[in-house]
Formats: sequence, structure tokens, C-alpha cells
Amino acid sequence: MNVGGVLLAMQGALTQGILWGVMVLGVYITYKILNIADLTVDGSFAMGGCVCAMLIVNKGFNPALALVIATLAGVVAGAVTGILHTVFEIPAILSGILTQIALWSINLRIMGRSNIPLLKVETIVTQLMAITGLSQPIATMLIGIVFALLCIAALYWFFGTEIGCALRATGNNEDMVRALGVNTKRTKMLALMISNGLVGLSGALVCQNQKYGDVGMGTGAIVIGLAAIVIGDMLLGKLRSFGSKLASAVVGSVVYFIIRAIVLQLGMDANDMKLISAIIVALALCIPIVLDKWKLKSSYTTGGAK
Amino acid sequence: MLKITNVKKTFNIGTINEKMALNNIDFKMNQGDFVTIIGGNGAGKSTLLNMIAGVYPIDAGVILLDDVDISRLAEHTRAKYLGRVFQDPMRGTAAGMEIQENLALAYRRGKIRGLRWGITKEEKELYFERLKELDLGLENRMSSKVGLLSGGQRQALTLLMAALQKPKILLLDEHTAALDPKTAKKVLDLTDLIVNEDNLTALMVTHNMKDAIRMGNRLIMMHEGRIIYDVSGEEKKNLHVSDLLAKFEEASGGEFANDRMMLS
Repeated sequence: MNVGGVLLAMQGALTQGILWGVMVLGVYITYKILNIADLTVDGSFAMGGCVCAMLIVNKGFNPALALVIATLAGVVAGAVTGILHTVFEIPAILSGILTQIALWSINLRIMGRSNIPLLKVETIVTQLMAITGLSQPIATMLIGIVFALLCIAALYWFFGTEIGCALRATGNNEDMVRALGVNTKRTKMLALMISNGLVGLSGALVCQNQKYGDVGMGTGAIVIGLAAIVIGDMLLGKLRSFGSKLASAVVGSVVYFIIRAIVLQLGMDANDMKLISAIIVALALCIPIVLDKWKLKSSYTTGGAK
Repeated sequence: MLKITNVKKTFNIGTINEKMALNNIDFKMNQGDFVTIIGGNGAGKSTLLNMIAGVYPIDAGVILLDDVDISRLAEHTRAKYLGRVFQDPMRGTAAGMEIQENLALAYRRGKIRGLRWGITKEEKELYFERLKELDLGLENRMSSKVGLLSGGQRQALTLLMAALQKPKILLLDEHTAALDPKTAKKVLDLTDLIVNEDNLTALMVTHNMKDAIRMGNRLIMMHEGRIIYDVSGEEKKNLHVSDLLAKFEEASGGEFANDRMMLS
């Protein structure tokens, strides 16, 4: 095996993991804090990438501004799921699936075709390289780290505020929060908007890193997000502060992409990675339940005597 | 202060499970009243409290609170006037959040929540003092997760939370029914303490007739969605469980053999 090639692959995986880590932060908000699995993510991630590619290539937008607009596009996608779920009381999973499916067509409309390459245009990566003279891999990684840290800091602050506390409590005990005067429809809506905003931002960052926007780039994103959260929890679950929990989501994402790179280096088909992700998430959900049942069964003794 | 006029509520209208839960309820309460409510299963006690709290919309009638019509306000909007403690200790607190965070959420009931910090240093001192009054040692565990507390501790905390921002009415819905007798007594004592300390107006549903007689200054009995007995002052103080049982027999036409009316 070529050592240089392996190192390069690892470096790429690290960068990818950090950029996707911003998406994982979004999934963390819905899955861990709000306690719902929001399947909008596949669509809003692709939407972030598609909006970004379209704006930079077709409209000549500044790449930083394209990131902002891609984030807002994600926010809108989250709002649609939020309205379906809170106003019309459609179960969260179904609301997310509906938005996700609708976004496939919308993303195709946005781009006008299924793929837009970002060749010979400026991205935030090329801009940073031009200013600092850094190499492309280092510049990309730096951008990823800065965005991930900014997002973690912003979320840490937000979830400490009055609104943020009400939002955390909504995921914990909706009845109580309503009895304490909080409109839980609004808090859920807000959580879905923030979450999908981060997902859209992540899609746009990945788009600028991989130099193309593709309508299929979000397929399976939710499972990657859940797998990353599970991995982060396994590695850093002992840490209790909220900031470290957010950081563990990004760390989980990095580890996920490193595992993926190793698997690919070992010669596995890239298409099998989705199967592996699904197995990781399924195992993580099954193991605690199997363990509990096993404990209950094994604690049984006839006659109560040992 | 609370004036309920002609309130009706029927569940599952037009189905085989149709059930009239409240049948033209007329009820008035004065400032500082502490009313206990008894009645058999399905008498409408909890429904009455839920209608005041706005858990479901009422079919007809008016609920006035200090001359403000709250009949059609959303549950979270009315919450600014009401403190609530539920039967299930799990329902009144957020298990995954700290004791002090739960109190901070309750401290902001009825206030606009913005981007200020969710809990401040001064508040923590206030919570420390208030928790100390409960005499459960919770003041030394303020950053523990509520999920680690026992049912009785959680009910005591919920009571404190309900009274933290003085409510116009405190609604207690069988809040000791899920507790063992010793813990139930402790929580009832705390209820008296908190109600007296803040001079609260309270409505308490209970299945325990002795408690219903002992606590508060007025007692009402419900049966099939109506208030069938209303007694206060000296007359209430001199009540005995046997009087209440007789009333029940009378109301239910002698068929009284209720499952959950406890004589303890």
C-alpha cells in the first residue's frame, strides 16, 4: 500500500469530516435535543450545495455570500417541515420525508440540471489560498475548523439563553413547557429551522470543497449524521458539559469519515459505505435494548434464592 | 376572582364513547380560597382543572379570571396566570435538565423569553433559599439532573416551580395520588406551607376524603359532570368522612361502591 496515498486520503477524510460535522451539529439539534428524527436533512443538505453552486457559477455570486444564502435556504426547508409538523400535526418523520422528496425536484429546478461543476470560479478556498498562500488541503481544513468552532460557539451560547433553555425543555417534556407558558409549536419550528440552516451551510461548504453541486449529494446524509452522533457519543459520551457534547458530534463526524477512508483504502466499494452506516446506527439503537432485556432475563431466579 | 359560567364539555361527540364530562358547570371562587374537589372516577374533576388550564377547548360557557375571559386562550397563553401540578410526577419537570434549570424555566412563566441568559447568579441564590424551605436537601444538588430525583422529590419541586411566579390560581390535580402515604403526607404539608406562605388561591383534586376535609377552606363534590355538594367554613371543618359517603350514596342513587374512593 502506498503510504503517501494513505496519508493524503486521511487528510482528505479529516477535512470532509469537519465540513460534514456542521451538518451533524444540525442533526444533533433535532435528534438529541428535540428528540425527533428529522429526515428533511437529505434534501436540505443537497439544497445548500445546489443553491451555492448555482449562485457562484450561474449568477457570479461572491462565494461567502453564497454560503449565507445556502444557509437561509436550509432555514426555509426546515420551516416547511416545521409547519407540516406543528401546524398540521403530521408526525415529524413523515413531515421530513415529504419535504425531502419535494426538495429533490426543487433542487433540480434550482440548478436546471443534476450537476454543476465549480471549475475556474472562485470559492472561499481559492480566496483563502490567494490571501494566505496556503496549500489547498490546509486552507480547506482551516475553513472547516473555523466554521465548526463558530457553529459550536454559537449553539453553546444560544442553548444557554432563555429561548434556548425553553427549546431544550421542549424536547424533554412538552407538557411541562406548555404549562410554563411556552408555545411549543414555535420552539419546535425554531429548532427545525436552525438545524436545517446548519445542514444547508454544511452542504454549501462541502460543495465548495468538492468543487461541484449535485442533486444527489445529500442522499443518506441523515444516516451519516446519526452514525456520527452515535460514534461521538461512544468516544466522548463521558463528557457532560453541553459544549463537549456539541464537539463530540463533530469528532464523531471526523471519525466516521476516517473509517470510511480506511474502508475505501482496503479496497471496498464506496457504495457499500451506506450499508455500513446503516449497520452502525442500527447496532447503536439495538444494543441498549438487547442489553436491558438480557439483564431482566438473567436477573430472574426461581424462588428468589440465589 | 374565578368565575365559571355554564361550562360544558363532551368528549368523543357522535361516537359510541360519547361522554359528557362537564354538564353546565357554574362555579365561583374568591381570592385566597383553597378548594378541595372530590368525586368518583369520571366525575369531571380533572376535566374541570384541564378546562381552566386550557388543555382542551370547552364546548360552551365562559371562564373569567379576574374579569378577563380566558375561555378561548391557548394553553401556553393562560399559563401566565396558572401554576399546575400533575398527578404523574414525570409530567411536571424536565428529567434531562438540572434542578436549577427547571426552576429557571418556571421563574420565566408568563414573561417574554428572549436572548438573555437562561439562568442568572441572583436567581440561583433565590432558588437555593426556596429549595431549603422544602427541607429535602435539594438545595445542595441544584445542578443534578431532575431525572435522578424520587417521585416525591419531583412533586415537591413541581410545587415550588408552580408557585415561583405567584399564580392567580394553583391547580393541583391529584398531585399526591402516585406517592406512598408517607411521601404523600410530606407533599401535602408542603402544599399547605406554600399556599399559606404566598396566600395562594388553589384548587386541589383528591381521592382522599380525609385530606379533602383537612385541607383548604371549601370542599366541592362532583358527580357525572356536575357539582353536587359545596360546603365551606365551619360546616366544612365539622364534616366527617361518613357525611361525604352519605352524600355520595344520595347522589349516585345508592349504587355507591366506588373503586378509588379511599377511606384512609
